[in-house]
Amino acid sequence: MEVINLLLGGFAIALEPTNLMLIVLGCTVGLFIGAMPGLGSVNGVAILLPVTFLVPPTGAIIFLGAIYYGAMYGGAISSIMLGIPGASTAVATTFDGRPMALKGEADKALIVAATASFIGGTISVVLFTMFAPPLAAVALAFGAPEEFALMCLAFATFIGLGGDDIPKTFFSIFIGLVLSAVGLDIVSGQPRLIFGDITGFLHGINFLVLAIGIYGIGEMLWTIETNQKGVQISQANVTFKGIVTEFVNMGSKLKSTLMGSFLGFFVGILPAAGATPGSLMAYGVARSMSKDPKSFGKGNPEGVAAPEAANNAASTGSMLPMLTLGIPGSPTTAILLGGMVIWGLEPGPMLFVEHSDFVWGLIASLYAANLFALIINIAFIPAFIAVLKLPFTLLAPLIFVLCFIGGYVPTLDMHDVWLMLLFGVVGYLMRKLDYPMAPAVLAIVLGPLAETSMRQSLLIASGEVSIFFTRPISGPLMVIAIALLLWPALKLLLKRARSKTA
Amino acid sequence: MRKADLLMAIVMGFFSVYLMWKSTELEIGWIDEEGPGGGAFSFWLSGAMLLCCVWIIVRSVRRETAVSRSTEQFISLPAFKTVAAVVLALTAMVGLTHWIGMYLSIPLFLAFYLRVLGKHSWLQTGLVVVITPVVTFLFFEIALRKTLPKGFTEEWFYPLYDVFM
Repeated sequence: MEVINLLLGGFAIALEPTNLMLIVLGCTVGLFIGAMPGLGSVNGVAILLPVTFLVPPTGAIIFLGAIYYGAMYGGAISSIMLGIPGASTAVATTFDGRPMALKGEADKALIVAATASFIGGTISVVLFTMFAPPLAAVALAFGAPEEFALMCLAFATFIGLGGDDIPKTFFSIFIGLVLSAVGLDIVSGQPRLIFGDITGFLHGINFLVLAIGIYGIGEMLWTIETNQKGVQISQANVTFKGIVTEFVNMGSKLKSTLMGSFLGFFVGILPAAGATPGSLMAYGVARSMSKDPKSFGKGNPEGVAAPEAANNAASTGSMLPMLTLGIPGSPTTAILLGGMVIWGLEPGPMLFVEHSDFVWGLIASLYAANLFALIINIAFIPAFIAVLKLPFTLLAPLIFVLCFIGGYVPTLDMHDVWLMLLFGVVGYLMRKLDYPMAPAVLAIVLGPLAETSMRQSLLIASGEVSIFFTRPISGPLMVIAIALLLWPALKLLLKRARSKTA
Repeated sequence: MRKADLLMAIVMGFFSVYLMWKSTELEIGWIDEEGPGGGAFSFWLSGAMLLCCVWIIVRSVRRETAVSRSTEQFISLPAFKTVAAVVLALTAMVGLTHWIGMYLSIPLFLAFYLRVLGKHSWLQTGLVVVITPVVTFLFFEIALRKTLPKGFTEEWFYPLYDVFM
């Protein structure tokens, strides 16, 4: 029952006029960002984080949370109308959303997507409310060795489950960690890795510089290169009657939607997985569960409902480890976590004790954001379609300018802007060569925490590495992490053994 | 594609070596009773980066990855021209900011992008060029109280400061 009281307290915060306004604004902005091809929640949150210095931390995270949600809804719009995913999280939505639009059922697809997103979002927030307090309570017992073990586990999931090229994933993690080590050594206070004695490196490399570089500048360059040819926009006539009929018909897709919601939530919790693989998996499961799997890919509404429910649920799921353990479950939450550090909040289980109004305000705002995103989405479908018709050459320079100012504002240092530009260009080139970028962003956020917890643990244990393996919680976590690291190698060996016997 | 893959790995390999060398400015060894020294974290991680680069090169030479098997060009010429123009324009904007400040460099960048790359009408270009700095000033300088770099245009803003601050 205590949870309900805390949640009600959270609603009192979320429904304050300023915060309510921020939710509505965030949902709208998020929907637009999600609807634009190429830009998703992570880009929106990275580029707009500097703007949130205007409001107190609770308001800021509510705003960014609403953008996260809105972008998950918005991604479906361009997947359906253009056939290009509005964000990587909406890739699976194109499989059946686009064929539906080509059959003249674009309005139906849009409403199914919005409703499934709402169901996915709501179920996942309820799961979140149930799981977060007990998990945070357990995590309170964690010391430095457990924290370090958790971070090893987070990085190991990228290797074991990420599915990207393995040496390139490793490289991405390591470079992120090394970049996070720039600045002053935390134990001795000596300057470290000050390239060319440039004083700008003394304050370290702000994670936002890397995040805006990669997800702002790099992403835009990528989109400019890939979207050179024109695209065909489908027509959609949304009527009130159509909305009501679709709502009533939602029952037939309920099974896929529910499956997508639960699957998405649990996949979202894993650091390497998140919304994109969550929605792809949900699509696959929905197809194999269906009585008529052949209709998938040809415009089956269930193929829209399952991934859309899953990507919204996953976005909530990825917030669970961020808030309770201080380990982000997705690149977007990694940026939110970095933001919390800037706002002066220590991420991790102590948040639930020391800043319980912040945590519960955020949770309650997710309930509200979900509802508003649904209403705004359906009410303004024509407006979002108009956005898709806006020439990209108008949006791109404005986004570049926003990145430029956003890179400068947190530290008021032109040095950071140059670094951001460099990271953007190098990140874009590396992305073209299949280097995954998410691990690097996660690593630069977690790097200082990982190094501190590792060195603290070793100080406690007078330099004995065994401390990570002998404690009751950190031991098993380390073992799982090592197993995940070895998993791809094991898979390869099994495959070779099998091909030999066959 | 394969050449680019190899080149990137080699460049990053050298960068790792540089990082390792740079890390040795601090203690990289094991301090008794305390654990690793201040440079150890970055030294061994850069070492790991170097190993990854070698691993990537080996895989690329043996054509084990999709990128190394791809016969596609790294980037097509028209796409390269567009991307290069954008990157140069961005660099020019950031570089000019030191001298002429954001309130001149941003409009210049926007004007170049909209008019030359986007081929928008003068009216559209003009509107965006005028409105963006005004909104920027109101939001960042007035609402957020963050001073943006103005270069030699600083004194033009004195009357505005008198009005708003």
